[in-house]
Amino acid sequence: MLAQVTPLETQTPAAAVIGRSAQGLYGVEMAGKMGVANEKLGFDAGQQTDWVQMMVLVRDHQDRSAFAALFNHFAPRIKGFLIKSGADAAMAEECAQDVLTTLWNKAGQFDPTRASVATWIFTIARNRRIDMLRRQRRPEPEELTWGPEPEPDQADVIALQQDSENLSAALAKLPDAQRDLIEKAYFGDLSQSEIARITGLPLGTIKSRIRLALDRLRHAMQ
Amino acid sequence: MTIKHHPQEATLLAYATGNLPEAFNLIIAAHVSLCDDCRAVVESCDAVGGSLLENAADVAMCAESLERTMAALDTPQAPRPPRTPGILPAPLHPYVGGDLDAVKWRPVGMGVKQAILPTSSEASARLLRIPAGVAIPDHSHEGNELTLVLQGAFADEGDHFARGDLEVADGEVTHTPVAAPGADCICLAVTDAPLTFKGWLPRVVQRFVGI
Repeated sequence: MLAQVTPLETQTPAAAVIGRSAQGLYGVEMAGKMGVANEKLGFDAGQQTDWVQMMVLVRDHQDRSAFAALFNHFAPRIKGFLIKSGADAAMAEECAQDVLTTLWNKAGQFDPTRASVATWIFTIARNRRIDMLRRQRRPEPEELTWGPEPEPDQADVIALQQDSENLSAALAKLPDAQRDLIEKAYFGDLSQSEIARITGLPLGTIKSRIRLALDRLRHAMQ
Repeated sequence: MTIKHHPQEATLLAYATGNLPEAFNLIIAAHVSLCDDCRAVVESCDAVGGSLLENAADVAMCAESLERTMAALDTPQAPRPPRTPGILPAPLHPYVGGDLDAVKWRPVGMGVKQAILPTSSEASARLLRIPAGVAIPDHSHEGNELTLVLQGAFADEGDHFARGDLEVADGEVTHTPVAAPGADCICLAVTDAPLTFKGWLPRVVQRFVGI
C-alpha cells in the first residue's frame, strides 16, 4: 500500500471505491459535499483516500470508478480554485472537466516520486487556465524522456507524499500576511515584481526530495 | 553538463504560478528542460499550488457533470516515444516548427542572424545566431532581458556562459556579451522591453537600427 494505512485498504482500492459509490457517497449529488462525506467517513487529515493508488488504477486499468472518485474529490476544488482566480462559474466548470479529462488521457505521465496527485492536477489546471483566460499556450519543460518509472520504489512515493503534507502544514503556520501574498500569487493576482517580495517559502525539504528523484531518474537512464 | 547561471528564484516562482508573459514562460521552460536544479525548484513551487488546490473551498459541479465527462472519455494517449535530443529544447519546437534546421534566420548585420518567435505581445522572444568573436547586438536595452545559451558560448565581464546557462540583465546594466571561439553561439533572448524595430519598417532601416 502506498500511503497511510486506512481501514478501507483491507479491500482493493477499486473495490473500496465501488463500495462507496454504491452507498451514494461518491455520487454526483454529493459533488461539492465531499468535505462532509469525508468527515463522516473519517477521511480527514491523516486518513486520506489513497489518490496515488487511484491514479495507478486509472493509468493501468482505465478504471472508471477510480476516475469518478478523483473527479468527485478534485473537480469541485478546481472549480473553487478557478473562481477564486477570477474565472466565471461556467468557465471554471468547463475548465475543471477539461482538467479531469486530461488526467485520464495523461495518467501515464504522473510521477508520484515527484508530485502529489493534487500538485499534478494543479499544474494541469494552471495551464488550462492560461489557455482559456489568455488564449495563449504555456510552454512546458521537456518531459524527462525516460520517466516516470512504471513501478517506482514505494518508499520514494511515500516520502514524497509525506513531504507534500508537511509542506501544507508549514504553509498553514506562516504569518497571515505572508500566506495571503502566496495565495494571491497562485490565484493569479500578483505581477512578477510583486512575486519577488515573497520570501521564506518552506520549500527546502520537498525541493531536495524532488532533486534526488530527478537524479535517480537520470541515473537509471544511463 | 554543469550549468552555473540560473534565473532568479522569484522568476521560477512566477513561472510556476502562471504569472509570466508567454516569452518568459518559453525561456524558463527551455532552461528547466536543461537544468535539473531549476526543475526541482519549479516542481516544489508547483507543490505549493497543489497544497492550495487541495485546501481550496470547493464549489459544486453541475448535475450530470461527471456523467458527461465520463461519457466523453476516450482511450488514453499512448506515451510519446522518446525524442532524439537536438539543439533546441522541446518547448521551442512548436515556435520554430522543428529543431535548429527549421529556424528561419534573417541577417541583422555583422554576420549575426535572428529569428523572432511568435509569442504574445507583452514580451518578445528571438533566437540569435552569432559568429565567434562578434558581440551580441544591442544589450543596452530597457526592461528585463534573459538570454539562454543553446549552442556555443559567450563571455561577458569575465563570466562564461555555455549551453544551459541563463544570463539575467535589467535595464541598469550595460554589458557586451561576445560570442566565444568555436561554433556559432546560438541563444534564446527574451525581453519585456519593446523591440526597437517593428515588422513594417523597411529592411534597410532595420539593418541600421539593429535589433
